[in-house]
Formats: sequence, structure tokens, C-alpha cells
Amino acid sequence: MNGNRANMRVNGVLHSVGADSDTPLLYVLRNEIGLNGPRFGCGLGQCGSCMVLIDGKATHSCNLPVSRAFGHAITTLEGLSTEGTLHPVQQAFIEEQAAQCGYCSNGMIVRTVSLLSENQSPTDEEIRIALENNLCRCGSHIRILRAVKRAALLSARKER
Amino acid sequence: MARADRVSDWISIASDGTIEVRSGKVELGTGVQTALAQIVADELRVEVKQIRMIMGDTGRTPDEGYTAGSKTIQFGGFGLRLAAAEARRALIAIAAERLGTTQDHLVADNGSVSVDGNTSRAVTYADLAAGKLLDRRIDVGGEITAHADSRAVGRSVSRVDLPAKFVGDAMFVHDLRLPGMLHGRVVRPPAPGARLISLESSSVEGATVVQIGNFVAVVAEREEQAVRAARNVKPQWTPGEPFPRMDLLYGTLESISSHEQTLRAPTSGAPAEQASTSSETVLESVYLQPYQAHASTGPSCSVADFRDGRLTVYSSTQGVFPLRTALADLLKLPEERVRVIHREGAGCYGQNGADDVAADAALLSREVGAPVRLQWSRKDEFAWEPYGPAMIVKMQGRVDAVGRVSFWQHEVWTPSHSYRPRAAVDLLAAQIIDAAAAPARTMFGGGDRNAPTDYRFPNETVVMHWLDYSPLRVSSLRSLGAYANAFANECFMDELAISAGQDPLNFRLDHLDDPRSQDVVREAAERAGWGSPLPPGQGLGIAFSRYENNAAYVATVARVAVDSSTGKLRVLRLTCAHDCGRIINPDGLTNQIEGNLIQGTSRALLEEVTWDPEAIASVDWKSYPILTFSQVPELDILLIDRPTEKSVGAGEPATITVAAAIANAVFAVTGIRLRRVPFTPERVSEALRLHG
Repeated sequence: MNGNRANMRVNGVLHSVGADSDTPLLYVLRNEIGLNGPRFGCGLGQCGSCMVLIDGKATHSCNLPVSRAFGHAITTLEGLSTEGTLHPVQQAFIEEQAAQCGYCSNGMIVRTVSLLSENQSPTDEEIRIALENNLCRCGSHIRILRAVKRAALLSARKER
Repeated sequence: MARADRVSDWISIASDGTIEVRSGKVELGTGVQTALAQIVADELRVEVKQIRMIMGDTGRTPDEGYTAGSKTIQFGGFGLRLAAAEARRALIAIAAERLGTTQDHLVADNGSVSVDGNTSRAVTYADLAAGKLLDRRIDVGGEITAHADSRAVGRSVSRVDLPAKFVGDAMFVHDLRLPGMLHGRVVRPPAPGARLISLESSSVEGATVVQIGNFVAVVAEREEQAVRAARNVKPQWTPGEPFPRMDLLYGTLESISSHEQTLRAPTSGAPAEQASTSSETVLESVYLQPYQAHASTGPSCSVADFRDGRLTVYSSTQGVFPLRTALADLLKLPEERVRVIHREGAGCYGQNGADDVAADAALLSREVGAPVRLQWSRKDEFAWEPYGPAMIVKMQGRVDAVGRVSFWQHEVWTPSHSYRPRAAVDLLAAQIIDAAAAPARTMFGGGDRNAPTDYRFPNETVVMHWLDYSPLRVSSLRSLGAYANAFANECFMDELAISAGQDPLNFRLDHLDDPRSQDVVREAAERAGWGSPLPPGQGLGIAFSRYENNAAYVATVARVAVDSSTGKLRVLRLTCAHDCGRIINPDGLTNQIEGNLIQGTSRALLEEVTWDPEAIASVDWKSYPILTFSQVPELDILLIDRPTEKSVGAGEPATITVAAAIANAVFAVTGIRLRRVPFTPERVSEALRLHG
């Protein structure tokens, strides 16, 4: 440990973090801050289980040195709901029962939030392309696609 | 039911009215936690949300073996149904005394027992059940709730576990944090059988190096320290046992010593020998199945706490009791000092690394005297999980002059698929410590699943060649031998049909007597538009199986598109008709069928374990790709509900129909036969090239 501490804003809260600067962000989020959302799937940036939002954009946390996250706004799965109200994407995933084991769900939900912030009503094709690098081994893809479409509707309704 | 035969073994009622249900089955991500709660809810006439499921704990729940084989609803569910029905009768009996009336005036509903439904003369379950009053033997012949009175069963009750998973609650074994917990990583040799020559130092950058025989691991306070230490410790190993050449795998398998077992032989009429010498042509085809990986999205993880001569292990194993036995053997502890508590993992689809990582963690915890969380890396999981076995199936058959199968022979070469740990020697840790292979099997199983068909053949022969061992470590992978056996049977059924100039759909119907078989076949075909014209380059293929010849009936029609100039194969849609008896939760069932179909497609198109002479080569998602969003077909699922038939499982049946449905559809478009899984672009192109 290099003994330096740095501040990191996660889900709106400032945390003082003592990990070495090259520690993957994933381990800092899980082990120092105690979050469960981002998950270890491969450590190689191949599966998407570890995704978090950095300045609103879905990013792998498993192979990102924590120092690269300093000074940026990090949002994890936990940070999507506000004051007990689910994010429309979380709500949509529940309504569509869009998971089997749920291990990939963090990545799917985070990636969807990111997608919808850039594209409010994506087509099926656009959704498939956006989620292409989020792996689901159980085979919940069809439900996830429906959940993304539903989330787009819920988000649009919310904004009115 | 034999050992845990009292209501109190399974069900108790807390003072706040919560129904606590203890089940030996576990939630693997399939939704059984919810489905089992529905079954109990109906018998006890409560809402599902009043039920708290405690699952898979050697210290608290009955021993129900493994959560596997698509048996949870059929057996676990039925056992709970009987226990809950008995609990209701017990509550009514107590209430009769308490309310001073006879049982025929009492109604149990919504958490209370009342006199003729009068809520002012009622007592809550919690009041009635205080203490040992539910210590009553379960009457296995006792009355159970009629289907017509079902309120929870048959409804698509939402999964009780999903909301928490979508908001980041601590739900997985990976999320466990114990006070004083340390982080461990294993340091694997290049291949099984390698022996440790030397280790550089006893401490690497703030981590402790643990060595037991040839087993090497690191433990550190911080997870990233353990990861770094595992990379830097760099032991010197001898080479492991050489893998057989991958390009000679099937010849190697056939040459391994084996014993023969005949599962079906012709009962009357012409024996097999005469049939094969008749003047009509015998068709012969060989089907090949590769080693395939469970490939769980979350590599296996376990937390072990060894203290004061007792071991507690948190594991996503499918069998907490058998694992306890194996761990007790490994650590030389009496079983009563070992407790295995299930915590969810990522989907496992059989025996992945869950049991082995628990053993790794237990050894480390004992060594360092602290709780240890051991996480396998992606490469650890891909290279060291026990695989679904490679198999060879040789088919022979003949159709007679009136278009009926007159001779059918299914011959399969397979290792046992049953390698689940029951003793220390079955665990990877013990095998690595001693640089030894898994011990010889005495029980052979799994490879024969769905080798026999459900068709009416006058002359059906099924012969097993059980290989004494497998060159790569194996265990149960979703549907076990049925994936390859059904692939062979259903492709060959098509081949015979085509050779006799018959439509594959009618050919199957002509050989099926069971109306439930006929129904799924007809419904899937009709829904898929069988016989209607399709755009050029597209075709349909059908496959039917009854899982284990006694469980769920499934028929799948695949619609594929093949570009004959490039060999590109796309599965456009899978239409599946599924009959598993009385449906507990329609949406939960649909979810399982979808998973079966998509995973079955992934295995058919993409998946095989690969290796170099010295090591496994498929070690990440690039080298072992699985189906992605751009490749997932449309799904059209038809549920057939039969409320008067017993509920059977759906965790595996549909997956065994997929490969043949796709291969038969490819034939319909191109005239080529795909007989080797996976149907990679190279194999499709090669087959097209050879075809013409």
C-alpha cells in the first residue's frame, strides 16, 4: 500500500480511499466501500458484470485502476434508486422478470441506463448492439430486451 | 421423507406469523425458491409473501441430496406439499380444542383458523403453533389441496429473489463479508498431474503463501494483494499429464478401456443381427459431442471459516450434505463439526467449480486460522471446472417398405457423467495436492440419459460403452448424456425419414403412441408454420424428446437461415411446445425454457473446450465464446398445462432438442448433415463445400 488516501465520489457520497492507485476500481467499490452491485465476472473487461457508470457512461470497473476514477462521479447499481424509489430501469427489469440467476443483471441494468441516457427510444437492433458485450449465460436475453424497451417507456412517462 | 418425517423438520411458524420453511433444495437462479413457496402457500392457505424459505443448510434443513436433474418441483415440491398439508391439519386439530368445536367446522385460511369462516371466532396460526405443537408425523397419504382450490400454484407469482438482485443487496456467496475475513487466490499448475518443484519465497508482497503438497495458494488482507501475489509467486512445476491430441480426441476415446451395457435389446422377432443382414440398406451415422464448459458468468467463490476445530463453509454447491461429507473427509473432521450453508452463486448448470472452491477455501482457512474468501479467477474456472463429457454416438437404422422403422441401434461411448464429490479424493484440491487423477468410478451414470427413444420401434437396441475414465476432468453438465443422445436420435430420425421419402413431422407422429408426445410435436409444428413456404435460404427442422423417457415432453422447431456462399448459419427462431404436467408458475417455467433454448443454441453453434498439448486453451470469453445478443433467436414458447398430471421438472428438458432441431433445419435448406457439435462456421462451410 502506498499509504496515500484519495477522495472518490460514489453514489453521491465522498469516500476516502486508501488502495494503491493501480487497484482495480471493482475491488475498491466492493471491499472498501462495501458495495455489491458491480460483480467480478472475468477481470478482463469481456463480460460486463462489473459495469458502473462513470460520469453517466457505462464502464468496466474490473480492469480500471482506481486512480483513473478519482475526480469523476461514479454511480453503481445501488446508486440508481433515489430515496427508496427504483430507477425506471430497475422497475422495468422487475416487471419483465428479466433474469434467471441475476449475476449479469448489474451489468445489464447499468448498460441500459447508459444507453437510454444517449438514446431514449432505441430499436431492437440498437439495443442488441449496445448489449452485445454484456454476457448472460442463463439465457435471459429476450426478457432483458423487453425490459429495456419497457424502461424506455417508463422513463419517457416519468419525464412528462 | 424417510428421515425427516415430521412437520417440524420442514415447517415452523414464527410469533409474527411468518411461515418458516426449511428445504434441502436450493435456489440456483431457476426460481424454485418462489415455486416451492407457492406450493406451501396453497397448502397452508397463506400468501406467498408470508413464507420465508431457508434453503440448503446442513445445520438446519433436511437432506434432500442435490438440487439437480430437474427434480426439485417433482420431489422437493411434493415433499413440502405433504408437510404443509399435514401442518394445516395439525393447526386445525389444535384449533378444535382451543375453540371448543369439531374439525369439520373449522376453516384454515389466510393465517388463521376460524369457526365456519367467522373471523371473531378465530385463532392465528402463530398462536396455535407456539412451541412443539407441529411435531407431528407427516401422513404421506394425507389429503392435499385440489387444483381447483389453488390460489398460488398456477399463477405467475413474481420471483421473490429478483428485486434484491436488481438493487445490489448482498445476495450471492460472493457478497459475504465475515469479520476478520481474508482474501485467497489459488495458484494452479499448468495442467493436472503437475508436481511442484519449487516456490520462490514464503511471503510475496504482504501475502501469505500456502503450500500443501502440490497445492499452492495465497492469502492476503486485501483482495488486490492476493491477486497480485498469485501472479507473482511463480512456482516451478513439472509438466502435467499430457492431454491427448485434440484432433485425435474421438479415436482416443474409442480406444479407452470400457465396459459394455445393453439398455435395450429387441424383445421379439428378428434379432439385431438378422435385421442388419436383410437386403434393405442400413443407414449409419456417427454423431460427435465435444467437451463443453458450464461457463458460469460468476467464477466460483466460497467463504470458509475454520475455528475451534469446526468448519463452516458458505457455498453455492448443489448439494450441501454430500459436500459436507467430502469436506469432512478432506479435513479429517467428524461430519458433525462441519456445516455447509448454501448461498447463491451465478447459474451453475451442473457441477461447476462450486464444490472445489469450497475445499480450497476450507484448506486455507485452516492454514491461516481466519475466515477466507476464495474467488476463482476466470481462467481458474474455465481451465479447472469439471466439463460436460465428450461423447460418440453411432446410429444404425432401417426403414421398411411401408415407411416404418424396422431396425434401430444407438451405440454410445461416454465416460460416466457422475463425478460429484462424495469423498476427499473427488475434490480438485485433493487431486492437486497429490498430483493424482480422479479415482476410478464404480458408479457409472448420466451418459445413458435419453439414449433410448420414446418411439415405438419393433427392434430397438441401445448399447453403452462406459469409458473407465475421461482424459479431461468431467462431471454433470445440464442434461448430462441427453444432450448428445437426443442430438443423435433426433438427427437420425430425420435421416431415416428423408431416406424413406417421408416428411420428418409425419414420420415422428407415425411412431409415437403417447398422446402427450403427439401433442407437443403437433403444436410446435403447427405454430412454427410447418409445411408453409419460406423465403429462400431458410428452413425448418424439428426435434422431439421426452426427458429421461419419463418426464417432460418437449418438441422444438428451429427456423434457420443459411447463406450457402459464406456458410453463415443463423438461428432465426425456436418454437417450443413443452408439457411438464401441472404448472406451478407459468412465467417461471417460461423463463426456464427460454434459458434452455438459448443455452442449447449456444452449445450447438459455438461451444467446445479446446486445449494445447500442455494446457487448456479455452480460458476466457474470447476463447470460449457463448451466444450474445446479436445471435439470440426469437423464441416462441407454448406451455401445455395438465393440472391432473404430476408436476415434473423443466430445468433441463428443452435443451436436448435444440441441436437436432437446428441440424435438421440446416439440412432442409442445404442438404448437408451436421453431425458434430458445435456447428462452427468452418464446419458448416466445409460441409457445404463437400456437398457440392
